[in-house]
Amino acid sequence: MIKRSFLGLVKPKLEMPPVPEGRFEIKAVPTPGRVTLLLEKPKDPRLASDTVALSKGDRVKTGQKICLSSDSTVYTLSPVTGTVFQVSPSIGDFGTTYIAVSIEVEPEDVFDEAFQERMKQPDAALAREHLSALPGSPPFGAFFRENASIDTLCIMGVDSDFLSTTQRYILAHQRGALKRGIDGLKTLTGVERIVLAVPAGADPQLVDLGAEVREVFTRYPHTLPQLLMQTLFGQTVPAGKTCEDLGTVFFSAEAVAALGEAMQHGRFPGHKVLTVTGKDQTAHMVTARIGTPVREIFNMLEIETQELDRIVFGGPMTGSAVYSEDQPILPHTDAVFVQDRSRIPPISQNPCINCGECVRICPARIPVNMLVRYLEAGRYDEAADLYDLHCCIACGLCSFVCVARIPIFQYIRLGKYELERMHAAEANHA
Amino acid sequence: MPDSKKFIVSHAPFWHDGSHITTRNYHTLLAALPAVIFGMIQYGMPAVGVVSLAVSSAMIWEYLLNRITRQPVTIGDGNAALIGLLFAMLLPATSPWWMVITGTLVAILVGKEIYGGIGGNPFHPTLVAVAILMLSWKDLFDFDAALVDYEFDFAVAYPLAALKHFGAWAVEGFTPGGLLMGNQIGGIGSTFGLGIVAGGIYLALRGIIRWEISVSFLAGVFITALIFNLADGARYAGPLFHLFTGYTLIGAFFFATEDSSSPVNFIPMLIYGAGGGILTVLIRNIGVYLDGVVFALLIMNIANPLLDKLRPKALGKVI
Repeated sequence: MIKRSFLGLVKPKLEMPPVPEGRFEIKAVPTPGRVTLLLEKPKDPRLASDTVALSKGDRVKTGQKICLSSDSTVYTLSPVTGTVFQVSPSIGDFGTTYIAVSIEVEPEDVFDEAFQERMKQPDAALAREHLSALPGSPPFGAFFRENASIDTLCIMGVDSDFLSTTQRYILAHQRGALKRGIDGLKTLTGVERIVLAVPAGADPQLVDLGAEVREVFTRYPHTLPQLLMQTLFGQTVPAGKTCEDLGTVFFSAEAVAALGEAMQHGRFPGHKVLTVTGKDQTAHMVTARIGTPVREIFNMLEIETQELDRIVFGGPMTGSAVYSEDQPILPHTDAVFVQDRSRIPPISQNPCINCGECVRICPARIPVNMLVRYLEAGRYDEAADLYDLHCCIACGLCSFVCVARIPIFQYIRLGKYELERMHAAEANHA
Repeated sequence: MPDSKKFIVSHAPFWHDGSHITTRNYHTLLAALPAVIFGMIQYGMPAVGVVSLAVSSAMIWEYLLNRITRQPVTIGDGNAALIGLLFAMLLPATSPWWMVITGTLVAILVGKEIYGGIGGNPFHPTLVAVAILMLSWKDLFDFDAALVDYEFDFAVAYPLAALKHFGAWAVEGFTPGGLLMGNQIGGIGSTFGLGIVAGGIYLALRGIIRWEISVSFLAGVFITALIFNLADGARYAGPLFHLFTGYTLIGAFFFATEDSSSPVNFIPMLIYGAGGGILTVLIRNIGVYLDGVVFALLIMNIANPLLDKLRPKALGKVI
């Protein structure tokens, strides 16, 4: 955990620790006996009865597409060959619901012919219909939105949060796959400008990959997409808009490497690279099948968890805590870390004392001290109109530095969520 | 597959930089100690008594009010102790006991608790108490009368009173160096300029107070006093005299910078501090009160919410 420096006058320097030189020691997690895949259901309550066209006992092959009955754009590809063991509902945060498909794994992979066949004629439709489920979750859906005009692809060769070295690992060790992936992206999307964001001081030979190489800060929060838009392209994302609205899509390096691998072998690469940090704060690089329960990874790395510890998928600033060791690795999970119960910083009921730390650290220049007063009182509309709620880029630094230990960022997320819900309800009744 | 272990589930961020309200208050108490200890040495046991009574009574009031209002007990966070200590630092060493406990009651009740406790107060609680006491029992803040029994190797005359009544020539005996070293009479903890400045610099470096406010306050005092001095050197004392007498230094580092009642954006901080400094000298030089710090800061406290509306445009804000 990064502590406040003795001289509190200086802003905390939130540098990402550099990736160790030389070869990474990477461990492969053995294929588990069971994997679980999660399909996010649409928020629309009319589609609550959504399910998948699979039931217990059905056989799935590696790379087979599993999609929702109502909406075939919500899909995943099976990372293993095996038999469906259970199809059950599951819930996430902020009312997200999932369908969890558990598969009993067979030791030998049988690759799905439909996927292999389809990979022979790569086109935009393939990207949309199959490739969004690749490890790293490439956001191909962005190209098919209404009024989408994407002219720039940015590949993230930097990790956006702490405790993750996954993207930098891929950048250093999967150059071949990356190069093929970049070529593949050009054919699939037709976008000319592909920018590769790399940490400062990266290998100059990266130019050979065929993308425009640009060095970026590895200081949090400058690694977040909204701020990278500023550093790389000099564009500011207007409040309430996304980078995609400005014509830029961010791909993780892992997604591009996975695409390269899929193009090369015509098979679905079901593995992903993860940075796992244990309680002793040593980081391990592992590869695991998508859908592996996190328990299997802990078992292999001999990380012990106890009651009231915290398991986090993603980084310490932007990740999300999970409630069970059965939680599966998702295609976009870059990092997993365990926090010992004694190291979990408590939050408090203190009111804001107006010390101004959050205001000074906020990269979006939001008056957080005022914002949090409105959010605490549940006055979300005013928070958005008067105090720039929608300008928040979700870096979490306000909660990180809060002297009163108010869960500010949680209030912000709740406020955004409630506003979205209110507006959706208004739209439905209009 | 039910999982027997229960994990803590919460939202990001999962790290915290370790800062805490309690640490902040304790470090502020620590920073105030040099000036307080100097006052205790200078004025002896009466000063020790006033400080002890102020700190303890402030904490007791806070505890009682927490209980009465059925709120969580917050005396552990050090804020009540800090309010009591700062209150004692402004008083003459011979203040009667009833005045001290009345003052701390006003500070804690009227200054802080009725607004909902820490963070809700629009004014500095101690300043509210001092202002009310100054208006109620004016004589008790007459330092010349209060400290008449003391004998020091410097003039036992309250510098600001001498200036007000006799003009600039009467204070020519006070050298800036002597004033800074505490060779003057005044509040228990407000005369040892060097100690206050050292404490203030410590707090600023630790990031506990906002240096912009202190610096602009001192600059406001200095520049305004300089203008008066240049205009009429016989009536108005020089800028250094104003910096090192009365409550100027303690005001700059311990009162103007109180979190809840001061702005957080850069330009508002400068306006707030400078405004306080200018008003201080205006009250001293052309007002009826000897020292203007208390009222100047209370007035700037009122302006704080308005000042903080001057803020930079948020990232990507569309109007």
